Amino acid sequence: MSTPYYVSPEQIRQDKEDFVSRGIAQAKEVVVLEYRDGLLMVAENPRKTTFKISEIYDRIALAAAGRIAEYEILRVVGIRESEVKGFRYYREDVTAKWLTNLYSQHMGAVAQAWDAKPLEIELLVCELGVTDAPANSELRNNQIYHIAFDGIYSEEEKYAVIGGRATAITEILEQRYTDGLEMSAALQLVTQTFRTIEADAADDYQINPQTIEVACLEQTAERRKFRRLSTDEVTTLLD
Amino acid sequence: MLDLSDYGTSGFFQILKRRHPELLATFTASDGASNAPVTEASFRHYEATTVLAVVYNAGVVMAGDRQATEGYQVGERRIQKVYPVDRHSAIAVAGAAGPCIEMAKLFQVEIEFYEKTEGVSLSLEGQANFLSHLVRSNLGLAMQGLIVLPLFAGYDLKRQRGRIFKYDAIGGRYEEDDYYAIGSGGKDARTTLKKRYTPEIDRQRALEIVAEAIWDAADEDIATGGPDLIRKIFPTLYTVTEEGVAEVPETAVEVLYNDLISRL
Repeated sequence: MSTPYYVSPEQIRQDKEDFVSRGIAQAKEVVVLEYRDGLLMVAENPRKTTFKISEIYDRIALAAAGRIAEYEILRVVGIRESEVKGFRYYREDVTAKWLTNLYSQHMGAVAQAWDAKPLEIELLVCELGVTDAPANSELRNNQIYHIAFDGIYSEEEKYAVIGGRATAITEILEQRYTDGLEMSAALQLVTQTFRTIEADAADDYQINPQTIEVACLEQTAERRKFRRLSTDEVTTLLD
Repeated sequence: MLDLSDYGTSGFFQILKRRHPELLATFTASDGASNAPVTEASFRHYEATTVLAVVYNAGVVMAGDRQATEGYQVGERRIQKVYPVDRHSAIAVAGAAGPCIEMAKLFQVEIEFYEKTEGVSLSLEGQANFLSHLVRSNLGLAMQGLIVLPLFAGYDLKRQRGRIFKYDAIGGRYEEDDYYAIGSGGKDARTTLKKRYTPEIDRQRALEIVAEAIWDAADEDIATGGPDLIRKIFPTLYTVTEEGVAEVPETAVEVLYNDLISRL
């Protein structure tokens, strides 16, 4: 009988992390940031009908970086679980924190399974704060949860970035971000940040309304707070 | 791990049936009891309502009275019988209140679930067809008298006009070109609409004849509530146009009725 190879748990984890970070390094970024009326989400994405940012529930949106096929199924399952919970109890009982835990458990389980490839994605689960919630309620503030491939998640404040150059973009936002931006100012901040990052890249790099995907969760909307911005609207905001 | 197995194959109703049948008690409880005798009375008794829809030049008006009836008593004075479904459609229900509200809610979630997962809205025709299945799935309860009969209306973006669909108890779907009213007061409302309706009417005229039709239905039918001027409870009126579904403000409905009463 042959002796099985011994690989230490640290090594297994490190291998998986290396594997995923090579994938994520290629992924285009998604930025979420607070603006005056809610949360603005911007992704570099020249595709017209395949989205990285999408509506999950009344106040909740999901943004993803990495492999679209792996993220797509989690998006649909997130909608399914949210609708079932809202149907069973009440729409307000569906929260980003609950959904984040659901995703986190799933992604963690996949990452730990010995016979499965970890998911090469990162997620941002965003929820718009409830303005008329009690003063001490955690629901009052906007929530942004950043979930890594292994299900480990963190709460972010004011802005969050996922994708290959997330660290570099976050550093720029740390310097340039201010509270209470208008939507146009917030969008311009993101596109300028993308340009700064790409300054050393090839000359043909372009960032324009056709190459970005923009959506928002806005307080002024009725029950469904999520809205995708049209190319025309983005053009106007960038002018 | 999350169960990912039903990706891309299911609507919300199907998911509930398969995964959470306990949440669909209304629509599945009837299986064992469907041998109960059906009487003429059981079919008639519970449609205590008047809901209606009228096509006008920019879309469709949908409206309903506010009264729920328990036998010969008023069960509820402010019940809602008209519900927006998505940006371009609305449903009104007649029948047993519990299953009615349940069906309207389920239908709304199904359509929104489709829109979110697919990224586009389900066509008006598709919505109307799905509602057929939902009505049919309630057949067992309907045979025992707990009937749900919806009226469905919306603005068809492709055909650029308002459309109305009515249903029978086994899910048969029939389109009406200009107007329709259902419920115990439906026939009275239809009589008014028949006299007042002309093709291509504008919004104001459509609201006027809808208000009058509910008035007449409430006048003839004990199970239909007219405007309650003392408690300030008025029928609900919605318009569905290319711009979306909009509720006619209560103050505007009050004006409609004050005008109507002054003309009587």
